[in-house]
Amino acid sequence: MALPSYTETRYRIWHYVYIAICTFVFFFLIAPLFVIFPLSFNAEEFLVFSEGMKNLDPDAFSLRWYKDMIYGTKNPWGLAAKNSFIIAIFATIGSIILGTLAALGLSSRHMPYKGIIMATLISPMIVPLIISGVAIFFFMAKVGLAATHTGIVLAHIILGTPFVVITVTATLSGFDHSVTRAAASLGSNPVNTFMKITLPLILPGVISGGLFAFVTSFDEVVVVLFLAGLENTTIPIQMWTGLREQLSPTILAVATCLIILSTLILISAELLRRRSERLRGINR
Amino acid sequence: MSSETKQILTTDGIPLEVSLKKAEKKNKIKAFLLVAPLLLFLIITYVFPIGEMFSRSIDDKMITNMLPKTFKEMEKWDGKELPSEEVFTAFYYDYKVLVKKQEHGKLGQRLNKEKNGFNSITKKLFRQIKRKKIDESISIKEQIMKIHKRWRNVEYWQAIKRTAPPYTMSKYLKGMDMYYAADGSISQVEEDRRIHRILWLRTLEIAFFVTLFCFLMGYPIAHLLATLPMKYSNLLMICVLLPFWTSLLVRTASWMILLQQQGVVNDFFVMIGLVADDNRPEMMYNKVGTYVAMTQILLPFMVLPLYSVMKTISPSLMRAGKSLGGTPFVAFWKVYFPLTIPGIGAGCLLVFILAIGYYITPALVGGASGTLISNQIAFHMKQTLDWSFASAMGLMLLSGVLVIYWIYNKLVGVDNIKLG
Repeated sequence: MALPSYTETRYRIWHYVYIAICTFVFFFLIAPLFVIFPLSFNAEEFLVFSEGMKNLDPDAFSLRWYKDMIYGTKNPWGLAAKNSFIIAIFATIGSIILGTLAALGLSSRHMPYKGIIMATLISPMIVPLIISGVAIFFFMAKVGLAATHTGIVLAHIILGTPFVVITVTATLSGFDHSVTRAAASLGSNPVNTFMKITLPLILPGVISGGLFAFVTSFDEVVVVLFLAGLENTTIPIQMWTGLREQLSPTILAVATCLIILSTLILISAELLRRRSERLRGINR
Repeated sequence: MSSETKQILTTDGIPLEVSLKKAEKKNKIKAFLLVAPLLLFLIITYVFPIGEMFSRSIDDKMITNMLPKTFKEMEKWDGKELPSEEVFTAFYYDYKVLVKKQEHGKLGQRLNKEKNGFNSITKKLFRQIKRKKIDESISIKEQIMKIHKRWRNVEYWQAIKRTAPPYTMSKYLKGMDMYYAADGSISQVEEDRRIHRILWLRTLEIAFFVTLFCFLMGYPIAHLLATLPMKYSNLLMICVLLPFWTSLLVRTASWMILLQQQGVVNDFFVMIGLVADDNRPEMMYNKVGTYVAMTQILLPFMVLPLYSVMKTISPSLMRAGKSLGGTPFVAFWKVYFPLTIPGIGAGCLLVFILAIGYYITPALVGGASGTLISNQIAFHMKQTLDWSFASAMGLMLLSGVLVIYWIYNKLVGVDNIKLG
């Protein structure tokens, strides 16, 4: 963003002010995540930077909270992590299947009542989570699925499908339907056409929608708070109780692991997005 | 063209129009069948339960079923003077049935919600019945009136009469700090007890200011991201996307650490001499914490729609504006800014919708002065177990959100929502 040499002084000043504002906002966005890293290696029990840490004294750092996270007595994180992964994986699979099918239908130009149906399918993303939580809890309690893994998985499918619908519809919007017609004219049946032609082309969209669904489920706490029993505790529930009761550095160790996980997911989502744009012929 | 148009036939001999319609219909059904599983799933597990919330919020059948005889007798009562002997008798026999079923406690609690002081007088009546002190052969009215002076107060009988309809709007009125007065008219609760109205206003206020802050902070960086060369903007985009993908609880936790009294932000303020070391301001468990944390958490939802709109604006437009004699500010204000309005609308509505229903962050960093309407709903769901009131408040919030959603749909279109 070099300025042309003829720029007047006041615009030059304004330009630097603008850069300063942007720097501040980027810092505001990203810096809070980084405060967690060093504190999770704190040798002490307090959640503040000790004198030793400020002086980079090696004794002030330790892995004790990571050890506590993994081996700690009566620690809930193992069970929570297991539950979180099981629930998120099944919720993702369910969201992908239902969401992709719906997106295929919605992208067809023959689809009747497209607007209202789309609005209904997206609504779980828009309706405040607390309301979704109350409604889903009433339903699950009635059919006897409260405090079961199945109930939580179903709830997370509800919350995850809008993301799959949105990403897959977006991918399909640039989809060249003549390729499926070509396949059909060459004698392929619809299922075969879908598996061999359509799916590989929309796969990046499907996977990135799946990533959204996975993160939604993995990070979801409001609905689970209503649904979960002691057996169904998840990582977000444990963090929620931890943050409400006593903020221990073990939570920061878990948080660090979660930030690493989200970085990995971000990288894969970005790679997929670029691949999808390449496949759809969008050059940038 | 001749007046008689020749019908075009397909090779099968069917008119083309009919054949085409048939094919269209087949395609329509095919498309619909693909959507059907998800639509059905959502209707059963999501749309119907929200409808059930509505019936729960207005439901008042419990008491209607508890006092069938009383309400029948009360139909004849004008509701001004103390009711007749028959009403007292009917109430007595209804109550006796409840005692036998051990449901009299529920009735007392329900009536107590209608009028304070009911629980104790029904308990007194219960004790009299248990000790078989009430002689059914003489006037029951006289005996009940002797149990406690409130039974002689017509307001208590009016309160019973008000509970007669199987449906009630009282939960919605309570959500707006109103109630049915003794004569059945709608009244406001006293000024110092209007907690819900404060919560609604605070929710709107916080949602509004968070949206404003997100806009003020998001616009410049979205502009920077859209105008920088790709290789730099991709790198900076990570600053927006990493918080977006990171767990909400992790981000809230980091704000709790930063904003605490011995936290990094306060350390920094002390260092630059803004505040004294022994006078560190409380930034958490109040509105400041809620504003700061929610703005950071919702900022990506503002930046992404703005960015996707700004990306489509050609830089030559600004150059053209300047070459026609506009200063950079004029060119920006007259050319660039109007073109970004769709993005502003999308971003602001999205952030506002998300902010108005926020729960987790206000509950953790908000303290008492930073809690929102969602926290109140959760409180009634989990603590007081007044589920019908929670449902009523939820639906009031939902109707507000749906109006905004509708506007959003009109302005932006739900199928134009972009992620990442």
